[in-house]
Amino acid sequence: MTLREIKELLDAEVLVGHDQLDKEIKTAFGADLMSDVLAFAKAGSLLLTGLTNPQVIRTSDVLDIAAIIMVRGKRPSPETLRLAEELLIPVLTTKYILFETAGKLYAKGIVGCMERVDDERAFT
Amino acid sequence: MAAWKGLTTNVLSHEPALYENSFPVEGGTYENAGHVSSQIKALLKGMKISKEVVRRAALVTYESEINICSYARSGKIVLRVTPEHVTIEAIDEGQGIVDIELAMQEGYSTATDRIREMGFGAGMGLCNIKNFSDFFRITSEIGKGTHLKMVIRIDKDFDGI
Amino acid sequence: MHLEDIVKALKLRVVSGEDGLAAEVLGGYVGDLLSDVMANSKEGDLWITRQTHQNIVAVASLKDHAGIILVQGCNPAADTLDKARKEGVPIMVTDMPGFEAIGKVYNMIATKKGPDPST
Repeated sequence: MTLREIKELLDAEVLVGHDQLDKEIKTAFGADLMSDVLAFAKAGSLLLTGLTNPQVIRTSDVLDIAAIIMVRGKRPSPETLRLAEELLIPVLTTKYILFETAGKLYAKGIVGCMERVDDERAFT
Repeated sequence: MAAWKGLTTNVLSHEPALYENSFPVEGGTYENAGHVSSQIKALLKGMKISKEVVRRAALVTYESEINICSYARSGKIVLRVTPEHVTIEAIDEGQGIVDIELAMQEGYSTATDRIREMGFGAGMGLCNIKNFSDFFRITSEIGKGTHLKMVIRIDKDFDGI
Repeated sequence: MHLEDIVKALKLRVVSGEDGLAAEVLGGYVGDLLSDVMANSKEGDLWITRQTHQNIVAVASLKDHAGIILVQGCNPAADTLDKARKEGVPIMVTDMPGFEAIGKVYNMIATKKGPDPST
């Protein structure tokens, strides 16, 4: 699914990244805990969250998240938007709650990610 | 107190550094939290290191930086790149950790509500750091501060910066 | 849609509140920040989260949720389980990632037809 199709599906408003709507998305991760996102989300995933602070953008930058969907009509602060523009990370906002947002995407074939890194990758 | 994973001795110091730099981190505020991590990520990206290594290095740097912003008075992150390893050290001046074993347990956290509302403080930070590093060591002194050292192995095909 | 239908279809493991499985599920809510869930979830919601500490029981009980699903292999802390059993709050656990669990529950509630045919 492209980001443009996702925007239509979720009746979302694009706040940052109008020029990146042709990006292809296959996986998504919904979370309010940034450490969960850091532990589990795959590069190239869509991040669905109720948080709007600048750390959402930083976390997405660290993980190469494809785009962020802020749910429940949440709008980020100008500071958050500036950072997203600087780091070229698309931000969309939808009026749906996380439950409906994830449900609609799942029904269209987007899958979740669970990429727990093993404890056993120590030097041997 | 201390805890570690992987190498327990400092055998990496003999490797010649291709890059070494120290980045100050402001404690007690989130105003610039993550700024150093973004900088380090961009630097590593420019070194033709594999995406996965860059991602892991950025991730452990970021969790460490958030810890300094959340709990310490001030701190710094030291990045050192050698032909075989990316080493990141997070050194802070702060309250220190009373019980490292407890702090390393997933789900354990002393975070305030303010930290939790930012999406952190779920007791996963140190676990994430440990899991995404090939070598990890933590030492802490109460009232003085905490020192984290993370090493990530660079893939064999790395041909230098 | 009854809670037990969802439990069966998604093969959830029930760890507390078995008596509450006949409850009607009116909707779903997903959230890991308790203040958000307190403010925005509704009565009869099935709450999907990965928070495991005992405050989740108080939130679910205060908001009259149908139950709580803990995702991505999270297990309730011991005091959470005690409290949930005492208060009769159904807690279900699954190894599914949150996104997938949400997708399946949403599909069941939205269509009211039963389990996702694709699985």
